[in-house]
Amino acid sequence: MDDFIAARSQMALSLGFHIVFSCIGMVMPFFMAVAHFYWLKTKDPVYRNITKAWSKGVAIFFATGAVSGTVLSFELGLLWPNFMKHAGPIFGMPFSLEGTAFFIEAIALGFFLYGWNKFNPWFHWFTGLVVGISGILSGILVVAANSWMNSPAGFDYVNGRYVNIDPIKAMFNQAWFEQALHMSIAAFAATGFAVAGVHALMIVRRKNPRFHYMAFRIAIVFAVIAAILQPLSGDLSAKDVARRQPAKLAAMEADFKTEKFAPLIIGGVPDTATKQVDYAIKLPGMLSFMTSDDFNSTVKGLDQIPKEDQPPVTVTHYAFQVMVGFGMLMLGLALLYLVALAWKRKWFGKSWFLKLFALATPMGFIAVEAGWTVTEVGRQPWIIQGVMRTADAVTPMPGIVYSFYVFTAVYFSLSLIVVFLLYRQIKMVPVVYDI
Amino acid sequence: MLYVVITYLWLALLLYLLLGGADFGAGIIELFTTEPNRPQTRRISYQAIGPVWEANHMWLIIAIVILFVGFPGIYATMSIHLHIPLAIMLLGIIARGTAFAFRNYDAVHDNMQKIYNRVFVYSSFITPLFLGIIAGSAVSGRIDTQADTFLSAYIFSWLNTFSFAIGLFTVSLCGFIAAIYLIGEATDESERKRFVRKARQMNIAAVISGALVFIFAAADDIPLAGWVFGNPVGLTAVALAGISLVLLWLLIHRGRARTLRLLAGFQITMILLTVTYKHYPNIVILKNGYLSLLSNRGDDKTIHALGVALLTGSVFILPALVYLIYSFQKRDIQEH
Ligand code: HDD
Ligand code: HEM
Ligand code: HEM
Repeated sequence: MDDFIAARSQMALSLGFHIVFSCIGMVMPFFMAVAHFYWLKTKDPVYRNITKAWSKGVAIFFATGAVSGTVLSFELGLLWPNFMKHAGPIFGMPFSLEGTAFFIEAIALGFFLYGWNKFNPWFHWFTGLVVGISGILSGILVVAANSWMNSPAGFDYVNGRYVNIDPIKAMFNQAWFEQALHMSIAAFAATGFAVAGVHALMIVRRKNPRFHYMAFRIAIVFAVIAAILQPLSGDLSAKDVARRQPAKLAAMEADFKTEKFAPLIIGGVPDTATKQVDYAIKLPGMLSFMTSDDFNSTVKGLDQIPKEDQPPVTVTHYAFQVMVGFGMLMLGLALLYLVALAWKRKWFGKSWFLKLFALATPMGFIAVEAGWTVTEVGRQPWIIQGVMRTADAVTPMPGIVYSFYVFTAVYFSLSLIVVFLLYRQIKMVPVVYDI
Repeated sequence: MLYVVITYLWLALLLYLLLGGADFGAGIIELFTTEPNRPQTRRISYQAIGPVWEANHMWLIIAIVILFVGFPGIYATMSIHLHIPLAIMLLGIIARGTAFAFRNYDAVHDNMQKIYNRVFVYSSFITPLFLGIIAGSAVSGRIDTQADTFLSAYIFSWLNTFSFAIGLFTVSLCGFIAAIYLIGEATDESERKRFVRKARQMNIAAVISGALVFIFAAADDIPLAGWVFGNPVGLTAVALAGISLVLLWLLIHRGRARTLRLLAGFQITMILLTVTYKHYPNIVILKNGYLSLLSNRGDDKTIHALGVALLTGSVFILPALVYLIYSFQKRDIQEH
């Protein structure tokens, strides 16, 4: 492995690790706020127990999210100093606002976690809500920074120099809205299905079913709504990508040929040598329709993109299929849940029904990781689309490979510990919260 | 606006040194506490720092964001040449942050606690050690942007006695702040005495490592003595720091906790002022030149936007933070 690949892998690893914790940090506070609300309203202690049990889990996730985020803010410089030197002052605006959002989040978290029985109960409830709101805000802001890399704005690039810098324009670049919307919904879908899935499994195993049933009902509502909205927002994103990054779209679709009435390619094995996609399902005209609402529009294929500007096709294509595939599965589950809610109440007690949701536990997070792979790998070879190449941004320091090994070992062991702690948390529910 | 941004950068560093430092210090104290007393130290420091734990570490992020948005050249140069100590510091931050959360939130209390505790105390030592090394290296004049060998570009930029002495000095300061802070949290006389003793040990460690800093600076031709004593501001600040230290030791047994904390905080502020005042605006001293805050700043529009963001941020953050600290201190006092 050479140092350049190592740097990219380390960045991907760190971000892929962080995103799991940030999704949970953005969404769990809302779940807790709902449970907490019911506790304050109904005084049913199960709701208090759910809130407390969740908040212990969240504290673990939050700390891990915060340290991995701190690592990221250094890694941008450690791995991509040349990028940060030029990009920092342009796309830094959201980061400086994000500082405030994080701070509020950390303060509110202090009130929430340590404030039981110390404050007016509604003030305490409110601080929990603030954790969630500022979490979402920080998510939106970082994604605005990332979207600038996909859709650079707010500066002119003249003779290798970055002039006429306007950080506000850079923040509100063309891609920020679609990406931020899609990411926020994704966080709800992923965390919702993960939480609901774990509780569903516990119901099947008959561990404190009342506790887990009530927890399941809270999480699943968020998950269902998000899973239905997600494909709609994904469609917006796809149109946006077609407009600003045709090379990425072509790689996502493994669309080797520029054509009118372009087919939507689902699955298949892209062969970059023969420029064919074998064993794929092709829906004629659908790609043209999806990207522009017009079946007869022309979609740019990889043949119109210079070889040195093409992203890796196979990875991008598969990642996109994985994201959409799991998105469709989750949509299916969401509809199934609505059917049960409206007509088939008795399904809620059935083990096959709960097992389906238990199976869905990791789906949202797999889709999130895949989606980011599409976004980031699909942008290659550019770190700033059309302006700076990733290879020109990397640190001159040799030996990044070793750094990559060390961080891989650290993140790997941390993941194991977090899973282990979560397992213990769940196992202890009957002991700590038995009622 | 430029000066607003620079002031914020300085304040973020100061607050990180004070609050984050106290937080590291709690772990350092635990490291140097004998086994039988550790659980109690752990309990007290957890009560003291639990609620503000996340917030204490935000100051580092604020400083780093100001640096990469406002002064990208400085951030990039440091990231390249101090890559290794920065990476070690990051590993320390990961280990410490997660161990702190794990030990407090693990649902089962068993032998795993021993592992978390060990990781926590060692990383509480290593992280500020490397923070100090990084700070020391930034002013040691060893960063060579034209170096052509791996060793001179990426190793000797930070691996030297001067930087290490600064690292040890930082560790002692953190321990000292934490000990003074914890005196106020002690619930009985024997605990209080223990923290006073720790404060004294940390103070001695700070004096020794401080002396080492000067000795190694002299050996390495770093004009540290000139920066500190060669100008009225530095001299006054050092004198004030000295006076507050004497006052602190006079009051240590009788004084109110808040007075002691203020004195210790004041002292640290003066130390930071002394070391930053003289070579401002050249916050990074290279082998052959300087990196000045003034000439490495980002575009005017960026600095302006950054300043506005920081000012508006403070309007939200400061009252909330003060209220957080205030309400948990008040409650604790009531509970006792
Ligand atoms: C629960 C997770 C999840 C699900 C079910 C989906 N996505 Fe997604 N997708 C993401 C999670 C995600 C993401 C991880 O959040 C990304 C990465 C960057 C971003 O903004 O969102 C993303 C990126 C992303 C992009 C690239 C955007 C860019 O590069 O700027 C497109 C075109 C789509 N998605 C389209 C879809 C479509 C058509 C879906 C239909 C089902 C879909 N996504 C489901
Ligand atoms: C948290 C969700 C994210 C994930 C999972 C993710 C994933 C990835 C992946 C897989 C790569 C490697 C691409 C390759 O080399 O082929 C990468 C690169 C990178 N990402 Fe992201 N990314 C995320 C968000 C962000 C954000 C929000 C930013 C910046 C604001 C960012 C900045 C970068 C940079 C600077 C690189 C290295 C340069 C490059 O490869 O283009 N990423 N990321
Ligand atoms: C799409 C990508 C990202 C999203 C959605 C996201 C979101 C979040 C959220 C919600 C948190 C709060 C902590 C938690 O709840 O666990 C967080 C923490 C953090 N993130 Fe990210 N983040 C992303 C990528 C990044 C990147 C690229 C950086 C750095 C350049 C970064 C820096 C940080 C920092 C410093 C923290 C710690 C703040 C604290 O102590 O509370 N994040 N992130």
